[in-house]
Amino acid sequence: MKAFTYQRADTTARAAAAAVKPGTKIIAGGTNLLDLMKLQVETPSALIDINRLPLDKIEDTSDGGLRVGALVRNSDLAADSRVRQRYGVLSRALLAGASAQLRNKATTGGNLLQRTRCYYFYDITKPCNKRSPGSGCAALAGFNRIHAILGGSDHCIATHPSDMAVAMRALDAKVETVNPEGEARVIPIAEFHRLPGKTPEIETSLKSGEIITAVTLPPPPPGVQVYRKVRDRASYAFALVSVAAIVDSAQGKIRSARFAFGGLAQKPWRVPQAEQKLAGTPANTASFNTAANAVLEGARGYGGNDFKIPLTRRTLHGVLAETTRT
Amino acid sequence: MDENESHTEHHPFDITRRTVIETGTTALLLSALPRGALAAGAVDDNGPPQPPAKVELQINGRSHSLTLDPRTTLLDALREHLALTGSKKGCDHGQCGACTVLIEGRRINCCLTLAVMHDGESITTIEGLGEGDNLHPLQTAFVEHDGFQCGYCTSGQICSAVGMLAESRSGMPSYVTANLTQPAAELTDMEIRERMSGNICRCAAYPNIVAAIKQAAGLPT
Repeated sequence: MKAFTYQRADTTARAAAAAVKPGTKIIAGGTNLLDLMKLQVETPSALIDINRLPLDKIEDTSDGGLRVGALVRNSDLAADSRVRQRYGVLSRALLAGASAQLRNKATTGGNLLQRTRCYYFYDITKPCNKRSPGSGCAALAGFNRIHAILGGSDHCIATHPSDMAVAMRALDAKVETVNPEGEARVIPIAEFHRLPGKTPEIETSLKSGEIITAVTLPPPPPGVQVYRKVRDRASYAFALVSVAAIVDSAQGKIRSARFAFGGLAQKPWRVPQAEQKLAGTPANTASFNTAANAVLEGARGYGGNDFKIPLTRRTLHGVLAETTRT
Repeated sequence: MDENESHTEHHPFDITRRTVIETGTTALLLSALPRGALAAGAVDDNGPPQPPAKVELQINGRSHSLTLDPRTTLLDALREHLALTGSKKGCDHGQCGACTVLIEGRRINCCLTLAVMHDGESITTIEGLGEGDNLHPLQTAFVEHDGFQCGYCTSGQICSAVGMLAESRSGMPSYVTANLTQPAAELTDMEIRERMSGNICRCAAYPNIVAAIKQAAGLPT
């Protein structure tokens, strides 16, 4: 690790003000940041520890939703009785991620901000436009089994590793922030993560010093909630493909459906047109195929990850069949 | 040196007959290095060190005051500064679970957290579970069921299992819990395996680890 100064923040405003300084990083759970600092992928000169700020509550909102503080640990969010009863897709997605030890530390805000697990991003001897802008992308023609098939660019084909964010995308969550001037902002999760384009080093719409304070969940939509994660081993592995689905159906007919995907892109992937195509259709293979075609429009493999295209199709089929079973 | 002895900051590599026997010449060679070099080894120095930070840790019921380079992980603080070497450094990246300890009763990977982040907090390591020959029920069960072969992952497995059983008693679900709304899932083999997946055993003693945990939990094995 490169040397850094350590400071504990006593207020969110002071943390935001301190975070504006170049080289400064906020640390919460630290499970991803310290991992990257040990490899010198991240080399902050100052760490601001926000762990003791009062951002660790889960509160009911007046509209029947939930407001989840940025420092709520992944395990506590997954175990909350309201989340388990009303947002099962979120609880299941959280429990699908990492290990129990990591979930006990990792926070809601930090989970959204975790970095890709692209091998080349992690290896500082290799080119990577995300870690070192302009150096190139070693994944395009390299080992790219875990990489993006949607939303990538000639500059980067990394994926976002979060399970939690995929469920939050299906639930239309909103990210609440505060900036160094103390101004609050609400960012729909659809706009929170950015696609790589020519600037893969910019991963979110957060501005300098802007700190996540909470994530709000609107009231749960009607329907059956499922999170299915396909990976190389049964537990404690990142998704090759994952699906968060909320499907409302009766007597073999789909009233409404939402589905977001993990493991496919640099952000949780959701295609509203695909969901609209399913609404009002019978729950059968033809309908599922139509939806899968719409999800996979523009999908592209890079060799090692070609299998993700049929795998996405099959996983969506499986999830839709499961959620519409009568 | 008695690992359970109460210390304020003490030299990490005090030589005794026991450490010489256990570690051979390595400890002697390291003891000849200046203090700064030892601390640097633990944090992989690179560039000028920042001013040290003071931290007070409650470890296994005893208070320890340390002055540390801010880079020192909790794992390195335990092993290199307090000679509590029961917590193991396997991968040092949160992937293997060998460094699992309990903070305020919750299991975490102490390689992925900084010691200074835990000022005033209560930490339980494998050294704090049993006392001498009076073993913790999970330690007894691991011995009775051969829940290890080389033993390197064992202290992490046992600390993790202590945390896991507490989580289970408090009603924490897991990814394989069929019904998330049920108050508490039964600890089947599948549940135990899923809940313990953060602890890797390269000797693959998994069936015996599951049996040991079931015995300690009072389940038929």
